Amino acid sequence: MVLLTRKIEFAASHLYHNPDFSPEENRRVFGKCNNPHGHGHNYTLEVTVAGEPDPATGMVLDLKDLKEILEREVMQRMDHRFLNYEVPELAGQIPTCENIARVIWNLLDPKIKQGKLHRVRLYETPDLFADCYRNGSHGATA
Amino acid sequence: MMGSNAQNGVVKTELGRRYCFAASHRLHNANLSDAENWRLYGKCNNPYGHGHNYVLEVFVSGSLDPATGMIANLADLDGFVQREVLEPFDHKSLSEDVAVFRDTVPTTENLCIEIFRRLKPFPKAKLERVRIQETSNNSFEYAGDNTEGFEE
Repeated sequence: MVLLTRKIEFAASHLYHNPDFSPEENRRVFGKCNNPHGHGHNYTLEVTVAGEPDPATGMVLDLKDLKEILEREVMQRMDHRFLNYEVPELAGQIPTCENIARVIWNLLDPKIKQGKLHRVRLYETPDLFADCYRNGSHGATA
Repeated sequence: MMGSNAQNGVVKTELGRRYCFAASHRLHNANLSDAENWRLYGKCNNPYGHGHNYVLEVFVSGSLDPATGMIANLADLDGFVQREVLEPFDHKSLSEDVAVFRDTVPTTENLCIEIFRRLKPFPKAKLERVRIQETSNNSFEYAGDNTEGFEE
């Protein structure tokens, strides 16, 4: 099995706010991420697909196809958007790195027909990132 | 009521957090002769020690709390890592200042095991593994004795 990773970057804003919490609770739990006007990040997304290279092409999947899927599913939805208000898949969720990574997993998984989605890693900053794996496959191949 | 994307059973999510600390060490095994130590550890056996800027990556997993969208609150994780690892290790001599390394050679392999042991009791999420970069060319990972995390 070969793992193939493609990286993209997008810029987006968000804020953390739970309407079920009091203003004090929101500030205590979410800190400066609760700023009502939001704030932004340059997100880096790494998408890893696992598969056997096709003997005819030598490819796990065509990188051009993967690029188009990422463009359509992620860039057009999230790049230069306010994640809380403009991304319907995140409606009703706090747009943490964990939740965004999971939304991205759910968007990409059905679209990748050659090979199998193995890992979605989303960096919010170089020091903070979330990984999604298929439960059970759990490949901590760094 | 805030939700999550109800995929906790299908998708496993891990949170990764990166920390940095600077420390010195000396690789030396007291059971070996000076010549053997030098042959084994080379310049890392320099009696005065030497230092690195270590980069520590900590991976935790757990279900996403629908109320916060988080596996663990970063403030809790940061506080725990600060207390258990960064305070005792940052700007210290691992060989001299950290008790366990008086009898154990402070290679980065052993450092991974010790940091994993210190972080394992984190109460808010499951510690999956730690990864330490000693330099930009060397890195080490440890996921506990149960090595399921390293399966392909």
